[in-house]
Amino acid sequence: MILSIAEALRKAIYDEMERDDKVFHIGEDIGIEGGFGGAFTVTLGLEKSFRDRIIDTPISEIGIFGAACGAAVMGMRPIVDVQYGDFLFCAMDQVANQIAKLRYMSGGKIKVPVVMRAPVGVTGRGSQHAQNMEPYFLSCPGIKIIAPSTAYDAYGLLKAAVRDDDPVLIFEHKLLYGAKGARKEEGAIDASSEIPDEDYTIPIGKAIVRKEGKDATIISHLLMVHHSLQAAKTLEKEGISCEVIDLRSLWPLDIGLISESVKKTGRLFIVEESPKQGGIGAEVSAQIAETIPDHLISPIVRIAAPNTPAPFSPVMEKFYIPQPERISKEVRKIIEEY
Amino acid sequence: MEHEDIIKELGKEKLIGFYTKMVKIRSFEERIRFLFLEGKMPGTIHQYIGMEANAVGVCSALQKDDVIASTHRPHGHAIARGLSFNEIMAELYGRTTGCCRGKGGSMHLGNLEKGMLTAIAIVGGNLPIVVGMSLAFKLMKQNRVAVSFFGDGASNEGSFHESLNMAAVLNTPSVFVCENNQYGASTSIKKVMKIENIADRARSYGIEGVIADGMDVIDVYIHAKDAIEKARKGGGPTLLELKTFRFCGHSRRDPGSYIPKEEKESWQRKDPINNFKKLLLNEGLAGEDELDDINNLIEKELDESIIFAQESPEPAPEDTLKDLYATMEVPE
Ligand SMILES: Cc1ncc(C[n+]2csc(CCOP(=O)(O)OP(=O)(O)O)c2C)c(N)n1
Ligand SMILES: [Mg+2]
Repeated sequence: MILSIAEALRKAIYDEMERDDKVFHIGEDIGIEGGFGGAFTVTLGLEKSFRDRIIDTPISEIGIFGAACGAAVMGMRPIVDVQYGDFLFCAMDQVANQIAKLRYMSGGKIKVPVVMRAPVGVTGRGSQHAQNMEPYFLSCPGIKIIAPSTAYDAYGLLKAAVRDDDPVLIFEHKLLYGAKGARKEEGAIDASSEIPDEDYTIPIGKAIVRKEGKDATIISHLLMVHHSLQAAKTLEKEGISCEVIDLRSLWPLDIGLISESVKKTGRLFIVEESPKQGGIGAEVSAQIAETIPDHLISPIVRIAAPNTPAPFSPVMEKFYIPQPERISKEVRKIIEEY
Repeated sequence: MEHEDIIKELGKEKLIGFYTKMVKIRSFEERIRFLFLEGKMPGTIHQYIGMEANAVGVCSALQKDDVIASTHRPHGHAIARGLSFNEIMAELYGRTTGCCRGKGGSMHLGNLEKGMLTAIAIVGGNLPIVVGMSLAFKLMKQNRVAVSFFGDGASNEGSFHESLNMAAVLNTPSVFVCENNQYGASTSIKKVMKIENIADRARSYGIEGVIADGMDVIDVYIHAKDAIEKARKGGGPTLLELKTFRFCGHSRRDPGSYIPKEEKESWQRKDPINNFKKLLLNEGLAGEDELDDINNLIEKELDESIIFAQESPEPAPEDTLKDLYATMEVPE
């Protein structure tokens, strides 16, 4: 059946809760009758099937993440919803000091299998409901990070996350959910997929080639995969062949797949929606420069948001988010020069 | 004091002022709701319809150099604090003439020169800052007060508890105004709190907790004035809970299906503007015509502000790179 990302995540949560009664979901406004099913409809209606395990909370992020941490240590499999990724900062002590470190500090004797669901993306709401905060967590050892750009991956990755014995942070993009009705997002992109009627998972740590090519490697995740594919399509018509890789997992990074592609194309472009400063591009390009510098025939290019918070005005917002035109321009420039 | 005496003491001018401010907020919110429905306005909004008496009652008790801090629902606070329709409307349109030059948008309205900090859309996020602002007033020996507006939902955040306790022990000139509109987004406060009155939480921190009727601007004003003057005189912080309700969804995209019809209707009977209007008419403080004139003037002012906003320049895309640091350009 064809599902949107919101529906695929909902199905994954449903299926995992049915498979394992240790799985529960906790968060603000996730299971209120007549409510929204979380800010982006992902949990809509799940409370009808699992009233005891869809847990609505007060607005208390430290409490929510701490409770998930404690329950996980005691053998449960919590999934936490944080409404907007931006509010992860409110829970940061529990996330970065506790969830990420408890196992290590116990000498490997404790397991903390928490799944944290965080919507990201710049979407007309101003600086505090907009952040793509992936890089903050890229520098936080102890947490795995995933980011699905299609419904097929959303289903398989979330299931893998629930079954994983380590903390997993899943970033979901507001413009990719495919939320319907009153909660439809302006400027949304269709990321729905055919979801087979089978119990599949997608391994954490594996990227995927979305489009093969030979002149340049473009790597990205979430919304930027869709923008990169659009750019690649434009460039293809001009005779420039781009390989587009969807990272899917940000930690661990599938540096193997990226390297293979760079060895083939000799050119690397990293596209991300967060500021360039300390971003994913910095990590990836450092790893490539450290390991296979001789394969590069041109400088690595990072295409990212400016080093500022997200602005509100639509004009500035459009400038802020790397657009397909900007991606193709940057690629074209390098190809012409080198 | 009896209500009647209070009305006498406040006098006609002040009361008409309350009415005008409340209608300004209501009319503004109704108007931008349509602009949104017509797709003319970008972004998202959290509206203040039904809660007008809170912002107006509290802000009317402030002095010019006092400061307020607001939330994701700041339109009412901004208007009550004296920001102009023009600077608010232009901000909602993301124009350079907006109070945040188009960088903030609906959830971050503010103008410190007019006594309002840039609104903070993180629930519970402004309370510690208000402690800091009032601490500054105390340290600088300025006779000023800082006021935090926040919701029932925010009082479940750790920051609420830390802030009240800190303000108490530092004895800062702060007033914490909890607008208890019975819901935090779709969640009924009954579901997330075992106590009836948020004001009771004040006792745990050794400060005064006071309840006022958030649907009655006079009641709000009197209680706010007490708390503000007490803070100004060095008497320390107060938690002021205003019992209120929003007559609209949580945000623009929320039809509010989780609110029982009877609950909504019972609150709508307490409409702060309708009831106050009746009072003004019954007490002979104003005639229908006079109040109609006020409404018409406000509508006209709104028309003008929409034109002002729509005709104001859009920022340049590169303006994104301005305003981040006070001391340097944004580094590459
Ligand atoms: C820290 C944080 N958590 C969650 C949210 C999402 N959110 C925005 S408003 C809101 C409800 C706030 O309720 P309340 O404090 O009662 O204020 P009201 O909306 O009723 O004015 C929520 C959960 C947020 N903005 N910040
Ligand atoms: Mg509320």
